[in-house]
Amino acid sequence: MSNLLDLLISGLATGAIYAIVAVGFTLLWQTSQTINFAQGEFVMLPAFLMLAAMHAGVPFWLAIIIGMLASMLLLGLGFKLLLVDPMLRHGVLPLAIATMALAIGIKEAVKQFFSAEASPFPSIVPAGDIAILGRQVSVQSLGVLALAIAAVIGLTALLNRTSIGHQMQATAQNPTVARIIGIPVERMILLTFLINAFLVALASLLITPIYLAKFSSGEVLGQAAFIAAIVGGFNQVRGAIAGGLLIGVVDNLAAAYVSTQYRAAVPMILLIGIILLRPQGLLGRAEERTV
Amino acid sequence: MLLATVVAGPAFAQGAPIKLANVAELSGGGATVGTNWKNGIDLAIEEINAKGGVLGRKLEVTHADSQSNPGVARAQVQKALDGEPYVLLGPGYSGSVKVTAPLAAEAGIAQIMGGEAAELTQAGNKFLFRTSFGQQSSMPKVAKYINDEVKAKSVAIVWVNNDFGRGGRDVITREFGKYGIKVAADLSTEAGQADFAADVSKIKAAAPDAVFVYLNEEESARILKELKRQAVTVPLVGETTLIGQKVVELAGDAANGARGHVGLTTDAPVDLIKAFREKFSKKYNYVPDHNGLKGYLAIYMIKATTEKMGKVDSKAFADNLHGLTIKAASEPGILMDVTFDANGDIDRQGFLVEIVDGKQVIKKVLPKLN
Repeated sequence: MSNLLDLLISGLATGAIYAIVAVGFTLLWQTSQTINFAQGEFVMLPAFLMLAAMHAGVPFWLAIIIGMLASMLLLGLGFKLLLVDPMLRHGVLPLAIATMALAIGIKEAVKQFFSAEASPFPSIVPAGDIAILGRQVSVQSLGVLALAIAAVIGLTALLNRTSIGHQMQATAQNPTVARIIGIPVERMILLTFLINAFLVALASLLITPIYLAKFSSGEVLGQAAFIAAIVGGFNQVRGAIAGGLLIGVVDNLAAAYVSTQYRAAVPMILLIGIILLRPQGLLGRAEERTV
Repeated sequence: MLLATVVAGPAFAQGAPIKLANVAELSGGGATVGTNWKNGIDLAIEEINAKGGVLGRKLEVTHADSQSNPGVARAQVQKALDGEPYVLLGPGYSGSVKVTAPLAAEAGIAQIMGGEAAELTQAGNKFLFRTSFGQQSSMPKVAKYINDEVKAKSVAIVWVNNDFGRGGRDVITREFGKYGIKVAADLSTEAGQADFAADVSKIKAAAPDAVFVYLNEEESARILKELKRQAVTVPLVGETTLIGQKVVELAGDAANGARGHVGLTTDAPVDLIKAFREKFSKKYNYVPDHNGLKGYLAIYMIKATTEKMGKVDSKAFADNLHGLTIKAASEPGILMDVTFDANGDIDRQGFLVEIVDGKQVIKKVLPKLN
């Protein structure tokens, strides 16, 4: 039982990071029909930007800020202007394929400029344990969970409680009508890309101390976030959150109770089950499209 | 075409460079292994060439990336052998060595590699040579240490599910049996695994007296961090891949207290190794791990054997290295006295090491057997 508690806490901590990445995934889809297959590499890159700043002699806190800003510039503004805008007019599929190419490009560039070897990355949450219900629980796990939940609550509040959030939702639901009622649709879409860049940079900051900074670490994360988004519901932010947490916990429980070899298969089986039984995802809403 | 071949003469003509081919893990999960190995090779070649080469001929090496993938390694080794190298160097991963060794043996080219799986030198291959201890030499020392010094009655084994990990796990389990040590948990993990939370939870649930960790370097660092995160306080024992330089760098504080047996360490209390460490660090701006030493030694094995033969003869190389003892007094590049047996296994002194404040501290020197 106590073992189960440990597994749940660490699963939720990892799942919360998946959730942040998955939320970004769904935001891009909702506002611009972008399926970003480079989302995992988007999580990997900010850690290297922060490391580069630290190598230049900048303190960690400042490196975080520089990394965040550089991510928003490169993975938000740059991604939209240089790749999404030119490709989207050719359709969703060419854009999706272009993001796959981008994923390879980012990975190889990091390998080339930094190294193929893993690098250590400092944690913003201090090490140590605290006692909860008589169990020693890692402060890092709780810190990661708390930060991830804070990010999700902040984002939900932005979307639901602010004028900008309402405009973004209107843009997502029907850009044509949004434009008619005077919402600056283009700016709202750009804002979504910047939010996604911020979220992936945050996820990078939280996950890299555990996974280490490595050019290939985005592969696992991108896949987990993609599955989380589909399982939860591709068109709902709350679906992506639920999907992320679920995948984190299921992955951990599968590793403990099924087998390490098959752990990667369990979320896939869940994905197949959801697609067959509830294609809109656990919390998503059914969409009809004319083809 | 024929004329060109005649004019160019045989591959090993006097004065022509001696061609070596290296196939190593320059990217992928084994990048730490391969990069250190490659840099060690380059450093040794630079030194030897600066002093006039081997028998008056310069050494020349080509590096190919196996991407830490046995399939790619095999293709790269085939390509390298097509270039008719004097000796083949690498790979470092046991799985890659296993699939490439038959190719080198078939070509009659000696292969000096970094793999440590016990089975590699037990298949009767007369062309394969180690640069470090095989598991059949190191694991009995680790088991004895766990029994005599750690005094553990039950041990959790965490191993990586590849040829290296499986080999180590099989040998150590057998050795534990001899001492009556119970295996409290037998956990297989995947190469490249990022998340060890579930594995560590299982270790905690099994409540062993000690944990034996047998993973590759990056995964070792990740599990050390997770063991610390989940407050596992029992002794963590392993082999070189648990307490290597790169692991200490990646795991930070979490590596403190980890201990085990290492065949090669740049912290060894040996003057020649200290000098090597200094030269390597100066050239590459980082402290090498044991793989850097292995690559460096591989080149000096070639030098010593070739000089003993008095000629550059790739076909006779393997025969001459079998049974050879190279003394550091006469060939300082070999760093420590070493003997190669008929299987290509080595006999050399080893060390028991503990990580204290982020540094390898030698607790005991285990002498050379013969």
